[in-house]
Amino acid sequence: MELIVADYWIMVLLFILVVASLAIYFIKDLLHAVIVYGVYSLIMALVWLQMNTPDIAITEAAAGICVTILMMLVVFRTNRKEEE
Amino acid sequence: MKIKNILVLLIVLLTTFGILLAVAELPPYGMDDNPIHNQVSERYINESLDDTGTLNMVTGIVFDYRAYDTMFETIVLFTATLAVVVTLKPFKKEEVDE
Amino acid sequence: MRDFIFKRIAAIIIPFICIYGFYVILHGASAAGGSFAGGIILGLAAIVFSTIYGLKKGKKKFPEKVLFCIESYGTLFYGIIGMIGIINGAPFLANKLAGIDLGIPGTLTSGGLIGLLGLGVGIRVANTLLILFFTMEGADS
Repeated sequence: MELIVADYWIMVLLFILVVASLAIYFIKDLLHAVIVYGVYSLIMALVWLQMNTPDIAITEAAAGICVTILMMLVVFRTNRKEEE
Repeated sequence: MKIKNILVLLIVLLTTFGILLAVAELPPYGMDDNPIHNQVSERYINESLDDTGTLNMVTGIVFDYRAYDTMFETIVLFTATLAVVVTLKPFKKEEVDE
Repeated sequence: MRDFIFKRIAAIIIPFICIYGFYVILHGASAAGGSFAGGIILGLAAIVFSTIYGLKKGKKKFPEKVLFCIESYGTLFYGIIGMIGIINGAPFLANKLAGIDLGIPGTLTSGGLIGLLGLGVGIRVANTLLILFFTMEGADS
């Protein structure tokens, strides 16, 4: 099976995906972990775009990057208010 | 403690090996003669433009062929919102007493 | 988050986000996207407004009674549109069988009932996001 340019491109994307998901486990600060989760979602949206599914790419970019991070930040803020 | 760690590592490696064996059996991505390309997808690709009048096939399936599914999906959304509101919304004490 | 720069930039940017959300919802029949993605974008515009201008102004612009009303009666709207099929002597939620003009494929009004159903589901999704945000933000008070 012959490899074309798109195959190497998707290999790079999947490698960044693995590194990002490992980094979420090892980072101690919660805020930094949430930001790295945004990187994970962005790379995932690019992978969907590589697989010719722009519908899911739009939904992943909107729901994965914006909504999840926003809800997590709201939860952190309410938790910090209780601790003080 | 150390024996327990080694045991956990062994189990994880075995599970990974099993999953990789299963993945290796899958047909290559995007080939023409894959088993998912049967008569169902053929029918949707050929006739969805005549049946629904939409260029985007996904919207045609979601809102025309599978309209019941989408209707009850909105009910699922409603139930999830109801659970969050009942759990987190602060009610005043007088309202509870009445 | 009551900064002057934030408020001015949000006032410039939020109308364009709303236009893009309605574009994605209404062109669900002819281009990539659809009502779920468009609804999330619309809800995000409202959430950005109530984050930057304060929760009190956000709740004034989107009153909780209206939000809960849309949330409760949204599925009823879907069902009423489905009854058009029964009135015309076809199964529930029928589109082409009910004798509705499908229009020219690729234009805005193509697809018969699909545009109406998509608009309803999109507004419903945006509404759900807003209710979740208001509830979680006001949980600590």
